[in-house]
Amino acid sequence: MTEKTFSLHGAGDMDTQTLEINIGPQHPSTHGVFRMNVVLDGETIVSLKPVMGYLHRNHEQIAENMSYTGSMPYTDRLDYFNSMSNNFGYAMAVEKLANIEVPERAHYIRIIMAELTRLVNHVSVIGFLLNDLGAFFTPVLYAFREREKILDIFEEVAGARMMCNYLRFGGVKYDLSPEVLARIAGILKKFPKFLEEFETLLTKNEILCMRCQNVGVLPAELAVSASVTGPMLRASGVNYDIRKADNYSLYERFKFRVPLGQKGDVYDRYYVRILEMRESLKILEQAVKEIPAGDIMSKKMVPFLKSPRNFKPPVGEAYARVEAPKGELGYYVVSDGTAQPWRYHVRAPSFINLTILEDLCIGQKVADAIIILGSVDIVLGELDR
Amino acid sequence: MIFGTGILQGLMVTLKNFVTSYFKAPDEGGIFTVEYPEKRLPEKERFRNFPFLLYDKNPENLRCVACDICAKECPPKCIYIVREFDKDGKPLKRPAVFDIDFTVCMNCGICEEACPFDAIYMDHEFEIASADRHAKLLYHRDDLLKSNEYFHKIRPTDASAIDARRREAEEKKKAAEAAALAAQKAKEAAAAQAKPPEPPKPAAGA
Ligand code: SF4
Ligand code: SF4
Repeated sequence: MTEKTFSLHGAGDMDTQTLEINIGPQHPSTHGVFRMNVVLDGETIVSLKPVMGYLHRNHEQIAENMSYTGSMPYTDRLDYFNSMSNNFGYAMAVEKLANIEVPERAHYIRIIMAELTRLVNHVSVIGFLLNDLGAFFTPVLYAFREREKILDIFEEVAGARMMCNYLRFGGVKYDLSPEVLARIAGILKKFPKFLEEFETLLTKNEILCMRCQNVGVLPAELAVSASVTGPMLRASGVNYDIRKADNYSLYERFKFRVPLGQKGDVYDRYYVRILEMRESLKILEQAVKEIPAGDIMSKKMVPFLKSPRNFKPPVGEAYARVEAPKGELGYYVVSDGTAQPWRYHVRAPSFINLTILEDLCIGQKVADAIIILGSVDIVLGELDR
Repeated sequence: MIFGTGILQGLMVTLKNFVTSYFKAPDEGGIFTVEYPEKRLPEKERFRNFPFLLYDKNPENLRCVACDICAKECPPKCIYIVREFDKDGKPLKRPAVFDIDFTVCMNCGICEEACPFDAIYMDHEFEIASADRHAKLLYHRDDLLKSNEYFHKIRPTDASAIDARRREAEEKKKAAEAAALAAQKAKEAAAAQAKPPEPPKPAAGA
């Protein structure tokens, strides 16, 4: 903090100085150990430097010293809210590398899990965003109530609530029983009601509107040139959803729309997420109804469940990406024909979406920086890897 | 719309939730958390936490053969195994040391998946908090041992399936052994018939 000099006479020639403060790294609103180095003029932000790396755990290097399956539980810990979609991306990359076919039922299970994860992520991020706005813990606890039901399903199916480690190359680890499918269907029935309630609580709330509208506007051109992805990008009105663009897995079989925002402010980012949840529900309904019977693992890969160390993909490289709840989650894997990847890289949406934070925040008030960060939706496990 | 309607509607929602939390069933909007140490939610069968070593009948009879596969597959390498040797220095099919560092273990379940001898499984035990990391959280072989009955208690479906598979394999093995033995005997008998006048030396292994 720099010293201030005050002159008592005449506000006009009062000396002002900028003030440099650190928000974080131990601050609840930074969603983890993340620091923003902010320069303020009064309450207005002049510059903002994100400082990251506090949670760096060397994920990529560790993966390069490990069997391919061995990295699967580590990917859970990237974006620990969405371990299922993290698994999904990694499994897809290795399947592409080794040319593995996935049975249809496994595709459906994966899609069901990925969309449930999206629900979990979006309700929580909205809850936390409201926390940042000062609606202290009421919305987040409503959100967590719904999240809990879905996590129960994850626990029942995969054995863990958050660190699922559920997907395997060529399929999934356990099958979905009819009871679990019925329970998922039950959740799907109740979820729209909850969303409506959630929206009554929030969408038209005047305080929320005043705080969020026209704050942190992200123009479409900037979003595209900074390769922002996910709900952030779509809130700015760019129609780009990897589920549609790539049609990976079996997404082309499902009917859903891609909700878009208009302005790209915090409110749009909030609302796009609400709409995305509704679309996810549509996908889930179709998937639960149409899920075919059959194998859950490709025959070729079953032996490697028992001996991951013998799985040696052919020499080559592969990049696969999925539409994770936070954006484009990509995995780049290079194989040199041994049991360990020669190179392993994660394209983390949290990290890339954060690069435009300064552009969003300059000129805004310091309290707005908090909600802008909240609306970017970062998870430090993925950001720092 | 009059300014403030949105807020009032929102407040109605919180009021409704406040009331229903007392009177409704958990998945209709009621309270679904439980006061943990006194009350507990039922554990899911597949729930996994830390691994344990399985033994049949008595702790001497543990299934692990110290093959070291789980230790090699464990992603954070938190399993440490030393094979047991008998007095003459012959390796035995059991571990002398089997340590799992629970502070490092990440509950992934890969050891369970990889073990070819159905010897290591994931436990439901989670109340292991301790202030002494080295004395209490580094689990040794004897702390890890648990009976097959316990396994049946926590994971009935898996345990029965595994038992059935083991029994089948056992029977097959026995049948194969019996067949091999019979074949050998027949061969010996044939050999004995081929040269009958020899004095009846006891046939080796018969
Ligand atoms: S637990 Fe299983 S895999 Fe590990 S050493 Fe024992 S027998 Fe081998
Ligand atoms: S659960 Fe995973 S981390 Fe823990 S001992 Fe088994 S393989 Fe290692």
